[in-house]
Amino acid sequence: MKVNVYVTLKKGVLDPQGKAVAGALVELGFKGLRGLKIGKFMELDLDVQTAQDARKLAEEMCRKLLANTVIEDFRVEVEG
Amino acid sequence: MKFGIVVFPGSNCDHDCYHVARHVSGQSAEYVWHRTAGLKGLDCVILPGGFSYGDYLRTGAIARFSPVMAEVERFAKKGGLVVGICNGFQILCEAGILPGVLMRNRDLKFICDSVYVRVENAKTPFTSSYREGRVLRLPIAHADGNYFTDGDTLKRLEDNGQIIFRYSTPDGEVSAEANPNGSLGNIAGIVNRGGNVLGLMPHPERVSEEVLGSIDGRGIFESIVRAAQARGTHLS
Repeated sequence: MKVNVYVTLKKGVLDPQGKAVAGALVELGFKGLRGLKIGKFMELDLDVQTAQDARKLAEEMCRKLLANTVIEDFRVEVEG
Repeated sequence: MKFGIVVFPGSNCDHDCYHVARHVSGQSAEYVWHRTAGLKGLDCVILPGGFSYGDYLRTGAIARFSPVMAEVERFAKKGGLVVGICNGFQILCEAGILPGVLMRNRDLKFICDSVYVRVENAKTPFTSSYREGRVLRLPIAHADGNYFTDGDTLKRLEDNGQIIFRYSTPDGEVSAEANPNGSLGNIAGIVNRGGNVLGLMPHPERVSEEVLGSIDGRGIFESIVRAAQARGTHLS
């Protein structure tokens, strides 16, 4: 089962990469940019039967390794 | 006394630490491969600098699950002395043995430089050779040294005297200009609540001999030797 995992910085945590890229977009003349955050995207392929099991397993993986919850939030999206 | 220097795949300051422990400090020392599940006869464990597991995912995130880390945690809980230098500091934070996290440097660059840090607390097994307020010139070499933690934890660190080194000017002034990487409160090194686990971004092992231009870092090793000898027995 395919699971998409998004790991992003928590609100209030400095994101110098996001800031630099946002600055570059403004520099290029793009208008209307309110904010930009850079995070990580991971595609998991899990050998489980149900979407519920996939979510549970992926969330456990996030808490244990994929995200550092001191500074990061994660979001799990089960495909299909 | 005996030092153990943990070697992860990607450690690259392990030999420097061994050299200072063994040949400069004149103590016993041995390498401990990261898959080892046992720390025998050691008084102090050093997690050296480097790029364990290529810094994949987050610095220290994968190394913290190496078998040896469960042993390091047990050793620390018993009061054993543990030092994490640079990548070692990052691993200790990921493992939750020290609070907080080392984030990407404020300016997104790898910084290789000599910086000044002020000794904030000289009453620890790692800093007793220094006098409080002493300014040390130490090398740093990292891309992720920007210390961050939540407000409550920061306050606890400050109240308990757990902040050991802060980036400062050569005169010991802790200012924004003296902060190389954006670290919260100019933090360069902290200890755990028990005071027996130190994590620091600068590399004391690179400035422990006259021939290298400075011995400002040697005091950390001298302090450890003194603390271990005063204690007498091995903890592992």
